[in-house]
Amino acid sequence: MNYHWNWKIFWDLTPEGSGTYLHTLLVGLMWTLATALAAWVIALALGAVIGVLRTAPRKWAERFCNGYVELFRNIPLLVQMFLWFFVLPELLPKHLGDAIKQMPPPWASYVPAVLCLGFFTSARVAEQVRAGIQALPRGQRMAGTALGLTLPQTYRYVILPMTFRIILPPLTSEFLNIIKNSSVALTIGVIELTAAARAMQEFSFQVFEAFTGATVLYILTNIVVIYGMRWVERRLAIPGFIGPAIRTGGH
Amino acid sequence: MFGQFDFGVITRNLPYLIKVGMMFTLELTALVIVLGIVFGTLLAMMRLSSIRVLSAFATAYINLMRSVPLVLVIFWFYFLVPYIGAWIIRSPTPVRVGAFLSSVITYSMFEAAYYAEIMRAGIQSIPRGQVWAGYALGLNYWQSMARIVLPQAFRNMVPILLTQTIVMFQDTSLVYVLSITDFLGAASKIAERDGRYVELYIFAAVVYFVICVIISVLVRRLQRRIAVIR
Repeated sequence: MNYHWNWKIFWDLTPEGSGTYLHTLLVGLMWTLATALAAWVIALALGAVIGVLRTAPRKWAERFCNGYVELFRNIPLLVQMFLWFFVLPELLPKHLGDAIKQMPPPWASYVPAVLCLGFFTSARVAEQVRAGIQALPRGQRMAGTALGLTLPQTYRYVILPMTFRIILPPLTSEFLNIIKNSSVALTIGVIELTAAARAMQEFSFQVFEAFTGATVLYILTNIVVIYGMRWVERRLAIPGFIGPAIRTGGH
Repeated sequence: MFGQFDFGVITRNLPYLIKVGMMFTLELTALVIVLGIVFGTLLAMMRLSSIRVLSAFATAYINLMRSVPLVLVIFWFYFLVPYIGAWIIRSPTPVRVGAFLSSVITYSMFEAAYYAEIMRAGIQSIPRGQVWAGYALGLNYWQSMARIVLPQAFRNMVPILLTQTIVMFQDTSLVYVLSITDFLGAASKIAERDGRYVELYIFAAVVYFVICVIISVLVRRLQRRIAVIR
């Protein structure tokens, strides 16, 4: 193999004049995290609501929420990305669609990417929340009712505080997934970590150094999240309950 | 609401979408199922091996693949495979590898890490006593694996393997980043040529949705049947 290695490339300046290549990658990482974190807020909020409704004693709510989860789980993430980016602005009323399309550069792709990842992940979070609620002993719900709590109160004060502490481990892996999935946003123009590595490769021709840099940054991010969440889990774990290791498949 | 749209663009281009695009997607999926499960099973066996070097290598490989995004892995292999090819056949210049072969290698190596974790759980679900019984009957490691452990492990894990396969089928759409004409690639090429993004992307979404829902219904049915027998 006659590949010319040059590990010092990270300290060379980019032709764009925005700093070193390392700086390019770090800005990419920042966009990866900014996308993942914003989407995570949507995913948690929506996922919690949908997950709760799936266990509520209302037939229509259960049906609607099952459909919601199936919809987002059975369409490839990349196709969903295109639906948010290309299709949605066309289906909205004209002035609204035009306003979306004319957002200034990073936001025109950042906002659809966040919405897409948020909704996509919310379906998976909903699945975990439902599994967590169903893993609780039935007696807890009955006890809540016996004490005179209304159904929403039972959820608010009894079921959900338990559930979220139980499902921390699967939620951690969903969070790792959302970080990795944010790389799909490069297809609609978000310059996140993978796209930054691509840009570095195109300008410097140092393919493998660029991808190694991105790989190392992804691994470091993973390690930080895993150890951070282990610390949180230790503080919040409920003795006797471990996260239900349900496998929904996926990356 | 759909008045300004022309869904005829789909019927006009259906042969291209199906024969070129969907064929690529299905062939890729089929090959990767086989290769991914074979590599994945070998990786799982390595990971569970008592030989330190093997299990360390397999663990490192699986963790590495699982912590980076597929898009990055696709780029890695796209540039790496020509060099590996050159190294194998001792060619001084990088070898040209076609889009299809490159995708098959990439997805097999990537999915193997995910299938490996499933197969590991499957192998570990078989009581150790069965392996010892095999050894007591004079079988060696490969024989007891091939005749006792793996058939049961595989059967236990079929529903999860299939669920992972649905995910993988959806993920093949990411070959888009290499401008390869899979089903989504075909749809997006027509979308760009005719400026018909809405029609084609909605069509692509519907097709993927229908296929995945059908498979997951079948998986659920299979799961119930296996559950009854066991």
